[in-house]
Amino acid sequence: MINFDNVSKQYKNSNTPALDGINLSIEQGDFVFLVGQSGSGKSSLLRLLLKEEKPTSGTVTVDGINVAKLPNRKVPAFRRTMGIVFQDFRLLPGKTVFDNVAFGMEVIGKSKKEIQQRIPAILELVGLEEKAHRLPSELSGGEQQRVALARAFVNKPKLLLADEPTGNLDPSTSVGIMKLLDRINRTGTTIVMATHDVAIVDQMRKRIVQMENGKIIRDQERGMYGHTGQ
Amino acid sequence: MRFSFVSKEVGNGLRRNFTMTVALIVSVAVSLSLVGAALLMSAQVDRMKGYWYDKIEVSIFLCGNTSVAFTCTGAVTAEQRTNIETVLGSLESVQEIFYESSADAYAQFKEQFAGSAILANISPDALPESFRVKLDNPENFEKVAGALQSVQGVESIQDQRQLLDRFFQILKGLQSFALAIALAMLFVTVLLVMNTVRVAAFARRRETSIMRSVGASNMSIRLPFILEAAVAAIIGSTLATAGILASKYWLIDAKLAPNLTFIPFVTWSEVLAIVPMLYLVGVGTTVLAASITLRRYLKG
Ligand SMILES: Nc1ncnc2c1ncn2[C@@H]1O[C@H](COP(=O)(O)OP(=O)(O)OP(=O)(O)O)[C@@H](O)[C@H]1O
Ligand SMILES: [Mg+2]
Repeated sequence: MINFDNVSKQYKNSNTPALDGINLSIEQGDFVFLVGQSGSGKSSLLRLLLKEEKPTSGTVTVDGINVAKLPNRKVPAFRRTMGIVFQDFRLLPGKTVFDNVAFGMEVIGKSKKEIQQRIPAILELVGLEEKAHRLPSELSGGEQQRVALARAFVNKPKLLLADEPTGNLDPSTSVGIMKLLDRINRTGTTIVMATHDVAIVDQMRKRIVQMENGKIIRDQERGMYGHTGQ
Repeated sequence: MRFSFVSKEVGNGLRRNFTMTVALIVSVAVSLSLVGAALLMSAQVDRMKGYWYDKIEVSIFLCGNTSVAFTCTGAVTAEQRTNIETVLGSLESVQEIFYESSADAYAQFKEQFAGSAILANISPDALPESFRVKLDNPENFEKVAGALQSVQGVESIQDQRQLLDRFFQILKGLQSFALAIALAMLFVTVLLVMNTVRVAAFARRRETSIMRSVGASNMSIRLPFILEAAVAAIIGSTLATAGILASKYWLIDAKLAPNLTFIPFVTWSEVLAIVPMLYLVGVGTTVLAASITLRRYLKG
């Protein structure tokens, strides 16, 4: 599903590469934790997948598509095949929970009827059916992140990218979010999640890709954060 | 993109940016009123030209007792007069020939200056007799003048068109001036649109970045901004149109036309023909300016 072939990324106003010769392959339905110190290149790697940035060298393919070669006009359609969740939720402050999730469907032209049908189910999935008409400012951080997850998942993407989705949440709330991600993963959605959260990574026992200075220094099935090897 | 969704976003955008929107509407209204005024003037000039050029005559004044032109040897003789008429009749561009005697000219003069002191100093003899000639096309004056210049008995040849041309030149100057101000105002409007759109794009950068990350197309991200500008432009154009129609109704028809009966004024159909142009210029310029700005500030 995702393939990095000797990918490097050098930002213009920086003298060390953010990504340095990355080779990585992720299959459909995988759940991958991207770990590593701050500045190791996790977000950069995700940005290449979204075509927010282009690699300096090497090729990134998603679903057989060479991302760098994708013409700009096809980028929106390409992004609709994925869901994205950020550390800071990125909800629209003036819109209710319902409308925020609906926004993800409206911008891609879904009909009112489809929206009315789909949203109650997705809000139930994230456990927010009771709070559909609240504004983001009336929600806790964990609830806001669940709204963001609902929005990312509402169009049933094949791939879900999450950049530190639990970064602003307390441990027990984080567990709730992870359970949700696990459920989404079980529907066949590939998940790539960048995180610092040791507890979560150790608990989930999923594939771990550890980065350092733009290089992959560990790639392990069912790994633990602090431990190399079994 | 569904219509209800877009119109909701547009309404929100306009309300959020209220002062800028008002400024934009006023600016569009003012600049388009000037564009409209310039167009109206040009229609008015065309109408007057058509009307007056149609009435233009060439006057061929004949020699009198006191004439000093080299073609004159005292007052014109009956023979010379017939000869001149024959020459005129042979010219292709001449359509109609009227003869005006000194007495006719005096009668006309008396009518025009009735009650004026000048009348006492003028005797019928002082006004020369003349042929009034109507041409198929006023442009052909030179041909007629050339043919008659050295004919005996012709004192001078006068083209009324020269007088009109001078008048129209002044009007044309005024018209260019109005157009220049209109263009300057349009330029200001373009800058205002660019600024408004830039501020709106900045204020909503969070929204647009979220839209982009959920895969909204560039078109659907930009469309609300463009429609907002277009709505403001349509309101502005409507105000300008109202101004133009009002000036036809209350200024031209009610004040000018009854008092200046010798001037033909623009008709309603000519005024209405300007209206689509106003909308086209107003909405066209605004949408273009908005699109260009968005290309720069909302990169995909
Ligand atoms: N737009 C940019 N321009 C220049 N340098 C950048 C840019 N974005 C990131 N970098 C640099 O690239 C390197 C990798 O950054 P990146 O954001 O990928 O790290 P990260 O692993 O996500 O860190 P964190 O855990 O703190 O989010 C860093 O050294 C960073 O300074
Ligand atoms: Mg990061």
